[in-house]
Amino acid sequence: MSAVIENHEHDHHGPQKGILRWLFTTNHKDIGTLYLWFSFLMFLTGGAMAMGIRAELFEPGLQLMDPIRYNQLVTMHGLIMIFGAVMPAFVGLANWLIPMQIGAPDMALPRMNNLSFWLLPSAFIILLSTAFMEGGMPGFGWTFYAPLSTNYPNIAYFVFAVHIMGISSIMGSINVIVTIMNMRAPGMTLMQMPLFVWSWLITAYLLIAVMPVLAGAVTMLLMDAYFGTSFFDAAGGGDPVLFQHVFWFFGHPEVYIMILPAFGITSHIISTFSRKPLFGHSSMVYAMVSIAVLSFVVWAHHMFTVGMPLAAELFFMWATMIIAIPTGVKVFNWVATIFKGSITYETPMLFAIAFVVLFTIGGLSGLMLAITPADFQYHDTYFVVAHFHYVLVPGAIFSIMAAVYYWLPKWTGNMYDEKMGKLHFWLSFIGVNVTFFPQHFVGLAGMPRRYADYALQFAEWNAVSSIGAFLFGLSQLLFLYIVIKAVFAGKKATAQVWDGAEGLEWTVDSPAPYHTFETPPKVNG
Amino acid sequence: MESKTDNFQKYYVPEKSAIPIIFAVSVFFAGFGAANAITGNGSTMLLLGMLAVVITMSFWFSVVMKESKAGLDTPQLNNSYVFGMGWFIFSEVMFFFAFFGALFYIRQFAVPWLGGEGEKGLAGELLWPEFEATWPPMITPEQSIMGNQAVTKGPDESMYLHGISGIIKWLPLWNTIVLLTSSGTVHFAHIALKENNRKRFNFWLGITVCLAFIFVILQAAEYYEAYAHLGLTLNSGVYGTTFFMLTGFHGMHVLIGGIFLLTQLFRSTGFKHFTEKEHFGFEAASWYWHFVDVVWVCLFLFVYII
Repeated sequence: MSAVIENHEHDHHGPQKGILRWLFTTNHKDIGTLYLWFSFLMFLTGGAMAMGIRAELFEPGLQLMDPIRYNQLVTMHGLIMIFGAVMPAFVGLANWLIPMQIGAPDMALPRMNNLSFWLLPSAFIILLSTAFMEGGMPGFGWTFYAPLSTNYPNIAYFVFAVHIMGISSIMGSINVIVTIMNMRAPGMTLMQMPLFVWSWLITAYLLIAVMPVLAGAVTMLLMDAYFGTSFFDAAGGGDPVLFQHVFWFFGHPEVYIMILPAFGITSHIISTFSRKPLFGHSSMVYAMVSIAVLSFVVWAHHMFTVGMPLAAELFFMWATMIIAIPTGVKVFNWVATIFKGSITYETPMLFAIAFVVLFTIGGLSGLMLAITPADFQYHDTYFVVAHFHYVLVPGAIFSIMAAVYYWLPKWTGNMYDEKMGKLHFWLSFIGVNVTFFPQHFVGLAGMPRRYADYALQFAEWNAVSSIGAFLFGLSQLLFLYIVIKAVFAGKKATAQVWDGAEGLEWTVDSPAPYHTFETPPKVNG
Repeated sequence: MESKTDNFQKYYVPEKSAIPIIFAVSVFFAGFGAANAITGNGSTMLLLGMLAVVITMSFWFSVVMKESKAGLDTPQLNNSYVFGMGWFIFSEVMFFFAFFGALFYIRQFAVPWLGGEGEKGLAGELLWPEFEATWPPMITPEQSIMGNQAVTKGPDESMYLHGISGIIKWLPLWNTIVLLTSSGTVHFAHIALKENNRKRFNFWLGITVCLAFIFVILQAAEYYEAYAHLGLTLNSGVYGTTFFMLTGFHGMHVLIGGIFLLTQLFRSTGFKHFTEKEHFGFEAASWYWHFVDVVWVCLFLFVYII
């Protein structure tokens, strides 16, 4: 099914001037931009908290803050980075790219699209407002395990903030699914869809399936904390472990929500700069679908040490390890795409290659953690922290940066500063590895996570890790500078931008017109 | 032959709109107000926020109806609404899934372990030696050692059917009959609408709305009974918890679905909305109603019978 724009005077005028354009917009590009800037703001906020954490951990002992403040920073860093930085960034990219990549004029439900963005600031103002209340910000870890969280002050604000984030995500994903299913250019079959679109379609299904479960989890928490129910209270016949089951049933698919769009982005970029079509397009799709399906049956590998029956431990161990197969398919496909390509190393390609290498490292440490008996040793140590930061920072975040560099010329019409981009890449790459690689060592040596202080033997590697973190943190200001510079000035970009790039978004001008496709483009079947 | 553009359907891009951001701000006040109310900081903000949410939502829907009346809706946009409603209902299913999952876990694992069953029962055996695992647990683990000093005490009586003689006065059965009937009547209304018989449509839809509110009233009576005579409250251990949370959220959805259907009835009687081909508002409401019905069947099975 296809479409042309009904409203012609609309097109000639283009965007409205002034702030109202951003408040009232129904345009997918404007909303995508809002999402991306909001995400960057949250990235800096959560990043500043990480700097606080690393400053405290620079040497043993308590220097800068009391343990309660430290716990609050750890908790808010996690919540902000997951719900405020990574997820909105991917939604922003989805808004910008999906209509352009499938040849649609806009998202299917434009007003709801605007609503799902504006709910996010609402949610985060509620969450952050607890900083100014008696009892302070949540300090129970982003996983908010009961009964620690049910005995915590101000948890009601956290609960309603999470509810609003959930509503926003569900509406966003409904919009993505409807757009993809209903608005593809005539002739574009599902299998012909670009991989970024595929990855988001699968992500949207995951979101719709698990965000309501998160809503259920926080609701049970709220009832236990304020209305005397006994979901997580053994004295009344409940079980604190039940909380962990409900939470991780949401939590594990959530992890893949934060990485599947990254798979899509990486596939595009590696293919473009290797000047070869992607190796194994359909196997990439099947791999992503398998990963998504498996993500529903592996949740309890986050809770091996909680005391589960042996059969459950074994089942979740094997189920988790099976995920390595589709993930391996993806990694080998990327490598096979690079193989014998005529490769150039522009900034997006550098980030994409770093993604493949470093995400694989994170994946391998994940495989170690999946082994139940070994996990009894690693559980809640810095090894886990190193593992998930390897998949999230040089995984999700690097892919977002790669995507921004790759599509920025299409968005702004200007090329970014290539030299500065490369500098940003190398500083980030070195910073990330210096920060997180030593955390493997201290973790294996037994340093527990979520403490403001640590034993003396971990001092050297923690100092190294903190220096790396400051380097990584500061180099992101360079990223801000590069993006702002490209928005206002820079070499004009052509429509094609990258000579190896393929896809509908490269057939329109740079910057892309306010409404991209007024008549549906032709797609060769 | 058609000209080239005629092959394509027209696509309606709505103009910029202030409604979404006003809605988001209303949700902010409702959410912040709800947290305020629960933590004992007054409920004014909650009430104002909820009011703003309801007003904005009604206004938004009325705009969509106006656009539909003006013929701006295309089959494509209609399709988007159909898909959108479908996936919204799926997300609601997953919300209930979380609570049913909790119920199954508690019944299958948590309570037996507390009663000392199997390898995992060791801790339960040490902590609450007197506690016996039954469903529903009429005596909570805490009560089994503290007696009447316990904070969380089990109910005096459960909601299960006690002996076949009481079946006539057993409300859950009547609730089931009411809801299943209403699923039928809403379907009859749909058939009438497709046959363009507005009178019959209004009749069956009216019956459905009545049944919806009868259900809510019966449910309220059941809650009153539980609190006043059975000692079954939100605080009566894990049975009270799961019972009230599952039936409570379901009841809330019945209320929302009932209001949803009532709106469609007003649209039909007051404004002559809907034709035999275009009646998405009613269709969406009826899907929602069938969903609420299915959830009830599961509730009836797993909360009242098994």
